[in-house]
Amino acid sequence: MKKYITDFTIVGKQVFSETYFSLTLKHPDRLPEIAAGQFVEVEVPGNKQVMLRRPISIHDVDVENNTLSLLVQVVGKGTRTLSMMSVGDKLNLVYPLGHGFSIEGNKVLLVGGGAGIAPLLHLSKCFASKGIRPTVLLGGRTEAMIPVRKEFEPYGDTFFATEDGSLGEKGMVTQHSKFTTDYDHIYTCGPTPMMKAVARHAMANNIECEVSLENMMACGIGACLCCVVDSDEGHKCVCKEGPVFNINKLKNWTK
Amino acid sequence: MLQTKIHNLILKNPVMTASGTFGYGEEFADFIDLNRLGGIVVKGTTGERRQGNAYPRMAETPSGMLNAVGLQNVGVETFCNEVYHRIKDLDTNIIVNVSGSSIEEYCKTAAMIDALEKIPAIELNISCPNVKKGGMGFGTNPDMAAQVVREVRKIYHKTLIVKLTPNVTSVVDIAKAVEDAGADSVSLINTLLGMAIDVEKQRPYLSTVTGGLSGPAVKPVAVRMVWQVAHAVNIPVIGLGGIASAADALEFLMAGAKAIQVGTANFIDPAITVKIIDGLEDYCNRHGIKDINEIIGII
Repeated sequence: MKKYITDFTIVGKQVFSETYFSLTLKHPDRLPEIAAGQFVEVEVPGNKQVMLRRPISIHDVDVENNTLSLLVQVVGKGTRTLSMMSVGDKLNLVYPLGHGFSIEGNKVLLVGGGAGIAPLLHLSKCFASKGIRPTVLLGGRTEAMIPVRKEFEPYGDTFFATEDGSLGEKGMVTQHSKFTTDYDHIYTCGPTPMMKAVARHAMANNIECEVSLENMMACGIGACLCCVVDSDEGHKCVCKEGPVFNINKLKNWTK
Repeated sequence: MLQTKIHNLILKNPVMTASGTFGYGEEFADFIDLNRLGGIVVKGTTGERRQGNAYPRMAETPSGMLNAVGLQNVGVETFCNEVYHRIKDLDTNIIVNVSGSSIEEYCKTAAMIDALEKIPAIELNISCPNVKKGGMGFGTNPDMAAQVVREVRKIYHKTLIVKLTPNVTSVVDIAKAVEDAGADSVSLINTLLGMAIDVEKQRPYLSTVTGGLSGPAVKPVAVRMVWQVAHAVNIPVIGLGGIASAADALEFLMAGAKAIQVGTANFIDPAITVKIIDGLEDYCNRHGIKDINEIIGII
């Protein structure tokens, strides 16, 4: 898939909380094809403390309007600076990067935690376009940590788990009543301990499982070799060979 | 107008890419026409395949970054049998950065690269700070630096560039030693040894604790060292360290570098190299410079 460097214009911004916001970015011309699970490297303007681009997964794609959207969690200087951007501002992206989800299976579960919800919206749309309605299970510590909910409903049966019980069932996603063996494929993105628990469940029950990783990276295109993960074939770049991996390819993920 | 020469290498312009920041060039083919580059220095290559260091391998620091990749690469055999055939027909100088843990390993790799018709030069990396054995160890002592260069010189017949580390008391002494040992050119600087600590987690950012600092933060150090070395040796100097614009490149050229390499800036803008080439051309036009060599070493 060809990669591009393009100046996008911010045409929409939603602030969900102090921690979460989303930006809708319009391509100056025609948006190329983007797979669910791919990401962008965003140049962070106007902050001299932030030199490197920030890798952010693609939340949604609207081919009719030539827009893509990013759901961002404020975690440091880069994302804080991005949170202060406004509609009309330009953002330079290197995109679309990495390998996305495989989009296979008939009985499909998507499990998202925190900012890991982001790529699952585009993914659930991709399943819907194949006539498959996935079960979507989203988790967070509190209701506020699950910023995007109703957007999933047209494409999947959506359920929630919060640690304080403020939304959906109380507890972890892996304790949820929909977290069963009733699936042939599970796709997950979120905090590593959550994904590892999901991976163990999938492995134990012979369910195909793909996880989306977010290691620290510089280039995003497989040049700097900073973002490696241990795989069955040695170190692999999360940016190029991932960010989505089948758990069978990863070392120490299902023990 | 921009043509320059490093020993027997004719560069269509002085802009090369720095090893370890540009993969094998292929990673950047979507963004730029690779044939526009003066040269591509590909990933550091060792006698055997290497996995490199454990994650995490990078940390962003003010105007720079630390890395501790540790020479992860496919090894010289896979390079010769696979990678070489994918990139050999590019219309630019493809230079292989050669690394090792022992003189034998340097010589083995250099000899295999010598046999590749379309590789006109190697860059001998005696300056990697991120490997336990060899690497920078060879580049911090003039006698050891000279010894490895002398041995590689015996078996390597094309242009031999030696990449120097800034982590020394006198970079001039090392440069003179490798010149006397038969180097055709020196490139400098490799990364500065650095360290950063995550105070919330109370541990270093890098799995290796220390790593190599690169990016704009190191540029003034690099310009100073290039200027010192260019005045002390008779072989051509290739300058690198934090170059992110044509103006940065011009600083190195004026300080005495015959060519420059762009490193960390490739991570931020994958098309930066061609912008620098265009910027150099524009500078020459604005200043009525007919040949870029007119300004090389004017300081």
